[in-house]
Amino acid sequence: MADFLLELRCEEIPARMQPKAKEDLARLFADALAKAGLTAGSVETFATPRRLALIAKDLPLATAAVSEETKGPKVGAAPQALEGFLRKVGLTEEQLTERDGVYFAVVEKPGRETAEVLAETIPAIIRAFPWPKSMRWGAASLSTESLRWVRPLSGIVALLDGAVVPCEIDGIASGRTTMGHRFHHSGPVEIANPQAYIETLRGAHVIVHFSERCQLIREGATKAADEAGLTLVADEGLVIENAGLTEWPVPLLGRFDETFLDVPSEVIQLTARVNQKYFVCEDESGKLANAFICTVNIDPIDPAVVVDGNRKVLAARLSDARFFWEQDQKTPLAVHAKKLARITFHEKLGTVADKVERVAKLARWLCEEGIVAGDPALAEQAARLCKADLVTEMVGEFPELQGLMGGYYAAKEGLQQEVSYAIRDHYKPVGQGDDVPTAPVTVVVSLADKLDTLFQFFLIDEKPTGSKDPFALRRSALSIAALVLRNGLRLPFRHALDYCGDEEAWRFEKLPESAWTAKCGKSRADLEAAGFRPDNDEQARGMLLGWPTGLARDAVVDFLIDRLKVQQREAGVRHDLIDAVFALGGEYDLVRLLARVHALQAFVTTEDGANLLAGYKRAANILKKEGWRGIEGEISQTGEEDPLAMVDDPDLAPVIAAKMADRHALTDQPSYTPEPAEKALIDALDAAAPRAADAVEAEQFADAMAALATLRAPIDRFFEEVTVNADEAKKRAARLALLARFRDAVHRVANFSRIEG
Amino acid sequence: MILTLHDFWSAEAGCVILQPYDMRMGAGTFHTATTLRALGPEPWNAAFVQPCRRPTDGRYGENPNRLQHYYQYQVILKPSPSDIQELYLKSLAAIGINPLAHDIRFVEDDWESPTLGAWGLGWEVWCDGMEVTQFTYFQQMGGFDCKPVAGELTYGLERLAMYIQGVDNVYDLAFNASGVSYGDVFLENERQMSKWNFEVADTDALFDLFAKAEAECRNALSAGVPIAAYEQAVEASHVFNLLQARGVISVQERASYMGRVRDLARSSCEAYAAKMTPEWEAKYPGWSLV
Repeated sequence: MADFLLELRCEEIPARMQPKAKEDLARLFADALAKAGLTAGSVETFATPRRLALIAKDLPLATAAVSEETKGPKVGAAPQALEGFLRKVGLTEEQLTERDGVYFAVVEKPGRETAEVLAETIPAIIRAFPWPKSMRWGAASLSTESLRWVRPLSGIVALLDGAVVPCEIDGIASGRTTMGHRFHHSGPVEIANPQAYIETLRGAHVIVHFSERCQLIREGATKAADEAGLTLVADEGLVIENAGLTEWPVPLLGRFDETFLDVPSEVIQLTARVNQKYFVCEDESGKLANAFICTVNIDPIDPAVVVDGNRKVLAARLSDARFFWEQDQKTPLAVHAKKLARITFHEKLGTVADKVERVAKLARWLCEEGIVAGDPALAEQAARLCKADLVTEMVGEFPELQGLMGGYYAAKEGLQQEVSYAIRDHYKPVGQGDDVPTAPVTVVVSLADKLDTLFQFFLIDEKPTGSKDPFALRRSALSIAALVLRNGLRLPFRHALDYCGDEEAWRFEKLPESAWTAKCGKSRADLEAAGFRPDNDEQARGMLLGWPTGLARDAVVDFLIDRLKVQQREAGVRHDLIDAVFALGGEYDLVRLLARVHALQAFVTTEDGANLLAGYKRAANILKKEGWRGIEGEISQTGEEDPLAMVDDPDLAPVIAAKMADRHALTDQPSYTPEPAEKALIDALDAAAPRAADAVEAEQFADAMAALATLRAPIDRFFEEVTVNADEAKKRAARLALLARFRDAVHRVANFSRIEG
Repeated sequence: MILTLHDFWSAEAGCVILQPYDMRMGAGTFHTATTLRALGPEPWNAAFVQPCRRPTDGRYGENPNRLQHYYQYQVILKPSPSDIQELYLKSLAAIGINPLAHDIRFVEDDWESPTLGAWGLGWEVWCDGMEVTQFTYFQQMGGFDCKPVAGELTYGLERLAMYIQGVDNVYDLAFNASGVSYGDVFLENERQMSKWNFEVADTDALFDLFAKAEAECRNALSAGVPIAAYEQAVEASHVFNLLQARGVISVQERASYMGRVRDLARSSCEAYAAKMTPEWEAKYPGWSLV
């Protein structure tokens, strides 16, 4: 057994690429070993800015011998076939073995020395290495075929125990010499063997373990903050980034001018983090302190000099930030907002100003209709200003501050708090787990913005497909659902979307020429020559988009419901219960839908619920087995076991319901004397069906479930005492009708056929 | 400092020491000694100072290190020598930066100039957190693979001087030993030029200049003098930057103007490469442009 060290030394590897590079090295090495039939006891990888390394422990010194058998032609086959086979395997006829009348060639492959395998493996790994970006360099780059690496490759250490594994790639030969820290140890460093690698380099001021450097930074930064009486704002991303920028990390704390604290703390933090990779600290009250922690790569002769240098850079950055902060405030948001007319939202959807216009109208409408309890004027104002910060200098510099800066500027302008909060938070919720706004004006702007986005992209047929969702529409849909549910909004989606569709101004005149040709295959001039009139909205929309608004609206609603289902499943709600309620169809009020699902979940887990479900299944099975079409036969066209469940056309449903009620009236009172159990079920249904229907109407879903629960005993008794399949045809028909009535009563609450168990 | 760098690079890497290009440009990279010389197989080592104009960076003399006019020191080494990083660090030592007293770091910063059809990989070099040099291995120029690759070093002279002299504000730099500061030389210039760039410059005249430069570039191209065409592309690029500073180019127009500048620059590089290729191929048998 032997240990193996491979170090690939190069010029500074980008910090962000190091973690993945470690993984890639481990994987490529493992693949190569497996191919050669070798196994290492353990493999560890290392990355610093200047080296990528691997130590494999307990490798066998040679690969195992293998004997490979190849089947040849039959004995007595044509001589050409035999000759061909001999050529292929490189043997003579005498060396072949014969078994069952067939020639076999057995080639004994002796084990190979591991060093030899490794010598081949190293150049192969280097050539196959999947850097996200690689480059050529030096004199060899006269040809584009020259070696590529993330930055110029300068040396290879390859040692199997104490011996160099000799290999070469593009003029770089392996050896045992590497380099220490760029400044603390400028000469070459000899590595005696793999076991000595880590400590030899530590002696040369290089910490090769990525995780050890992370630990040093974490602890050093915490300690520096503590010593200054402050608390470090933990930032694991920065820890990792700084570990990728240093071989000898030394965190140092510095102070910046207190007057910069006038600038919003988020801006200071981002400036320090993004531009300079500094940590920031908080004081005991939790406020941002005028301190930063930089991670340097040396033990400086005088740390104060280095800290002061960094302070100057941060000061310059912060004065730029303050310049933006002050400059932006000189212009009211309403004036900034006018510049949105210059920013394209989407090639086919006009500018951001166009979007803002639509969102403002929708936000106002949502308030005026009482769907969101916000002040319509404030809602409209907030919506008109919500995107204005996109054109400010600060957001230009730090796009991640969108919303937040608008909120600050609105507050500075003295706008009402509802408005500034709405501007600040209208992007929320961003993804699951983010805070969902509850302030009405914020809710309405956020909702209008997302509804508009969803609808507009569906209008131009930019729906998410598979893993592609370039406009994050799934996220928008989930955010809409979260806003609606969190705030209990009774949002009539179809109506709202109709509003979006009708009021939204289609700016045909503004659409770029490419939009016409992309959708119609013709230029606008050609279209007009062919009789197209741009003032005819419907015609234009149809021609240009090939996607009528009604279809888009329905598609949006379906999409929303679909996302809600996925989200509820992920939240642990039983999917069959979700299906049972959603299968009723015709329901687009998310709040009501979920209330019903939750009540159902509570019900089916009770004993009554479980038994009722059993009774329902039995009834449904009998009806199915009997092929009972009965009174609803004529509308039973879908092949589904329950035709009514599929009728989700909101216009048709009441018509059918009325018709059904008429027919039920005829069969509710059988023309013979019912058996007691039969009578009991009829009476129970007479009481429970209206009660359940009323409760559903009143959205008292627990009551609706309770009403169903009263059917449990009668249906159980009915099955015990009454023969459905009576000899007398009219009794049979009446009893089947009764079971159908029972089933329908249950279906008013949920489609139990979808429930499992 | 400039003299030290000149001495260093001519002695250590045999660089020819050139003078600034006598045109307004946004970066030393636009100097023909960098762009055009990065094309082709011939070795080329050069060092020079280039004044740079970046109208949108103007701060009316009120920012301690942001200027609309400043100086870059450029070194171009083709092919890139294997000890280029060590040479660079020695040059820093030569101008007085001790790497054990200051934290020197190579931080990933890839360079791309769509205008020039060029890109490269490299770093920004940090000195105590400040970017003092852009270090790039050119991979493509004018849309052509660099064969061989050149290493480009661009030092920010003002920033380095601030470190060496230990001043916080660029205008406090000593320009000589007799009390003349950087501010004495340039502060008023920054104030007036910022005002002109942002507020005064006649935009109609600038649009006109842009159009003329574009036309002249085409004229030079059709006459087979690509270096002259390239100069007009540089001119158009700077006029475009001025128009940007004046805020008269909308977001949509911006892309279109950049596309026009790019076309000029690329066409010039292509024409230059095409004109030189027979000579290059003759000197380097087996070498080809693409």
